[in-house]
Amino acid sequence: MARVVVDVMPKPEILDPQGQAVAGALPRLGFHGVRDVRQGKHFELDVDDSVDDDTLDKIAEGFLSNPVIEDFVVRRVDQ
Amino acid sequence: MRIGAVTFPGTLDDVDTVRAIERAGAEAVALWHGDADLRGVDAVVLPGGFSYGDYLRAGAIARFAPVMEPVIEAARKGMPVLGICNGFQILCEAGLLPGALVRNHKLRFVCRDQWLRVESTTTAWTTRYEPGAEILVPVKSGEGAYMADERELDALEGEGRVVFRYVEDNPNGSRRDIAGVSDGSGRIVGLMPHPEHATDPLTGPTDDGLGIFLSAMDNVKQGAA
Repeated sequence: MARVVVDVMPKPEILDPQGQAVAGALPRLGFHGVRDVRQGKHFELDVDDSVDDDTLDKIAEGFLSNPVIEDFVVRRVDQ
Repeated sequence: MRIGAVTFPGTLDDVDTVRAIERAGAEAVALWHGDADLRGVDAVVLPGGFSYGDYLRAGAIARFAPVMEPVIEAARKGMPVLGICNGFQILCEAGLLPGALVRNHKLRFVCRDQWLRVESTTTAWTTRYEPGAEILVPVKSGEGAYMADERELDALEGEGRVVFRYVEDNPNGSRRDIAGVSDGSGRIVGLMPHPEHATDPLTGPTDDGLGIFLSAMDNVKQGAA
């Protein structure tokens, strides 16, 4: 078994209204100096050792993210 | 003339879609997400709603439902396919239409009657409209902002594939006020607003949406002739 993390983020040129809403709320809560917030998704997958990197890329690119609007990063992490 | 309406778990507007198809004078065929074939329909509509709870991304899971295999195959062979709202999102996720739909720019779910301009009257779903016609139909979505990169948007405009555009007030931050687009053949069309809710003045703002279904019937008849 291996732990795999997939992070999916909106592409830089895509409007991220959720991140903007968070950024807009911070000064109201008394937190200053945060210039920008972007909000994405974080997936944790427990996979069998038989699952190779190519398969993980296919899962991330073809399903967990939409390449039209999102970028993704796949990484294996120590448990 | 048989037009299918697909029900996924979480689809809401299949009943109104069936009613719109029948009101236009075609036979409506209920299709289920688990179906392996399209029961001999001449055209197919993916209605709105929240298939699979919109989990992951709107349309991302429905795109892999068993019924989508024959839908994609038929679409590639030229069958008219219409995606309304969540159906539009599914067609984009399936790669049958370009671009993607993301969260509305003000993060609010918008539900109201909306004026649209019919920008292309040569698609399989819009031949009944006069060029530049303005129609009033409901829009109701939280993830309706149409996004594509600038090159794709220029290509869509250049090829006349922007089919519907919001007029007066863009409800969701869609790039270039785009409400609906088509594929290169003009047989696959998707739009966020709901023509199926505007087919009877008794229950909708207008019957402006009826022309969508009548257009597809004309198209199928011409194909058979």
